[in-house]
Amino acid sequence: MSNTHSVTFRAILRHVLLIAGAALMLAPFIWMISTASKPQTEIFSSELHLIPHRFALWDNLREAFAKANLLRFLLNGVIVTVSIFVLQVMVALPAAYALAKLRFLGRETLFALVLFGILIPPQATAIPVFLLLHKAGLLDSYAALVLPFTISVFGIFLMRQFFKTVPDDLVDAARMDGISEFGIVWRVMLPAAIPAVTAFGIFSVVAHWNDYFWPLIVLNSEQLRTPPLAVAHFRNNEAGTSYGPLMAAAMVIIAPLVIAFLFAQRRFIEGITLTGIK
Amino acid sequence: MAQIELSTIRKSFDGTDVLKGIDFRIEDGEFISLVGPSGCGKSTLLRIIAGLEPQNSGQVHIDGRPVDGIRPSARNLAMVFQSYALYPHLSTFDNIAVPLRMRRLSAIERLPLLGPLLPGRRAKERTIRADITAIAEQLDIAPLLRRKPGQLSGGQRQRVAVGRAMVREPRAFLFDEPLSNLDAKLRVHMRAELAELHRRLKATFVYVTHDQAEAMTMSSRIAVMMAGELIQVGTPAEIYDDPGDIRVAEFIGSPKINILPGRVRKDGGIDVLGTALRLGCGAAAGDCRVGVRPERIELGAGPFSGSVVHLENLGAEAFVHLAIEGAGARLIARLGDVRQLPAMGRAVTFGFAPDAVRAFDPAGKRIELRVEQAERIREPAHV
Ligand SMILES: Nc1ncnc2c1ncn2[C@@H]1O[C@H](COP(=O)(O)OP(=O)(O)OP(=O)(O)O)[C@@H](O)[C@H]1O
Ligand SMILES: [Mg+2]
Repeated sequence: MSNTHSVTFRAILRHVLLIAGAALMLAPFIWMISTASKPQTEIFSSELHLIPHRFALWDNLREAFAKANLLRFLLNGVIVTVSIFVLQVMVALPAAYALAKLRFLGRETLFALVLFGILIPPQATAIPVFLLLHKAGLLDSYAALVLPFTISVFGIFLMRQFFKTVPDDLVDAARMDGISEFGIVWRVMLPAAIPAVTAFGIFSVVAHWNDYFWPLIVLNSEQLRTPPLAVAHFRNNEAGTSYGPLMAAAMVIIAPLVIAFLFAQRRFIEGITLTGIK
Repeated sequence: MAQIELSTIRKSFDGTDVLKGIDFRIEDGEFISLVGPSGCGKSTLLRIIAGLEPQNSGQVHIDGRPVDGIRPSARNLAMVFQSYALYPHLSTFDNIAVPLRMRRLSAIERLPLLGPLLPGRRAKERTIRADITAIAEQLDIAPLLRRKPGQLSGGQRQRVAVGRAMVREPRAFLFDEPLSNLDAKLRVHMRAELAELHRRLKATFVYVTHDQAEAMTMSSRIAVMMAGELIQVGTPAEIYDDPGDIRVAEFIGSPKINILPGRVRKDGGIDVLGTALRLGCGAAAGDCRVGVRPERIELGAGPFSGSVVHLENLGAEAFVHLAIEGAGARLIARLGDVRQLPAMGRAVTFGFAPDAVRAFDPAGKRIELRVEQAERIREPAHV
């Protein structure tokens, strides 16, 4: 009897702790929704309340869409993240295949360099890359947003680890069947590596959708802005920051990721467990 | 249909010699088994024939033409792997279709979305479909064509892998231990099927295995490899009866051949366990080893005696393990009639006919023997 008692007590304790943790994590998010739903006057009132007295979400959204070309920013986000991901896959898969399955001189050295590359934060190379883009005359363009990220060392590493688990016999069978080495990458390795590609895709899309730093540096033109810059748009108004529309805009730019997550929840968790980053 | 010729093939991995000069000719339409213990280089040799691995020196000729440096697919050989190596994301049909599509469709026709729209593609797909249907009928896998490899049993996967090999009508088939992932019963069944397939296709089969029973039952010739060298090539009967090397004698046959310590006397006669055999030879005097197959040991009479230490009754036959007093040697005798099984621990006398004896010198090479008298070495029964 006492045993089951302590088990339920433990279960309750566990849930209380988890709920507390979840609440802490969700608080800013909830506050964002709350603020997005309040009129300007309530946002600046001294008393704190979560539920708005007057529900102003639609007004704030309307204002957000009116002040900034949010749809354009979302479209930019899609163009940039999809281009980055497609190019990253086109580079990472053949590279990972070579590192995992081909025998050539210097392979281990190259792989060590890939690992080393993972250690370098993008901020460290930002200025040289910026100068390079400047010299190439590519600043303030989609190319400036996409090109620096086409070679993902993390992607190469992740795919290489996955390709290592694909049996050599499968590659040899493909060679016997007359598939070329590039054909093997796309027709044999890619289908086998769909879970790994999905996981990598999630990391890549989330990282570049939310990236604030790089677009801020290389962009000037308003029509090229990516979603996170859209939020900044509301802050830079001379008329002072309008928090309601800002939060509403933040909601809009987060929405695609949240919706995508809800659709691909299982894949997402698979992907996270696959990479061992839990 | 092809004849494959290997001349002084050498291969080393990271400084260790794996193949030490293999010379070998595989005749057209032959079913040849490469047997040998694990790690002796069988798979490596097969992969060199296939073109999947370059040799360090030596040449491979197929039908008289050198194929070194020619891509695996251009050699027109088919290989069946131990793990079957089916494409996991493709259905059985598509798995078998891969080699045909690679050969018959152009690069543009193979493109995912655009390809099917091209004019010629339809007709080609139709011939591919017809070929696959014919193969599926032959191999009894027609109902499985829409399934993925993950939904097939081991035996079915094996058949699909054979289908993928057959469909392109290769010059020769290379098998790398294709049955070793199957359970014992299915293995015996597939053995018969593969032998039947060989008779039907009349193609050259090169079959790698470390299971001597597979080699004995299916092949027209067996090539025994040890430590990177080909030590004997011959028909199964020759390899079994007439091993040229003690390692061949020990590798082929189950249970293993009995090896007893012996001596070659000055006059050329041979002593085993202190008893003179009525055999002579031309070898120099000194130690030798004498091999006798378990089925040639006759229990119940003979100059030797041992005590029963273990019995294996398989129902149709039995194996009696004997320990020989004073010699520290163990020996296995096959008993055809299990009703005459001796009791455990009992002493039994035994002997063997002179023509059952295979003698080997200390280096393991075969010593030629002459039977001195036609009479058997057998003394009146004491038992
Ligand atoms: N890619 C490789 N790199 C290094 N060594 C290798 C490689 N492939 C094979 N070897 C070595 O070559 C030797 C022969 O290997 P091989 O696969 O030909 O043996 P096998 O006769 O097929 O054995 P098994 O019956 O176990 O399949 C082994 O010692 C193995 O370790
Ligand atoms: Mg092998």
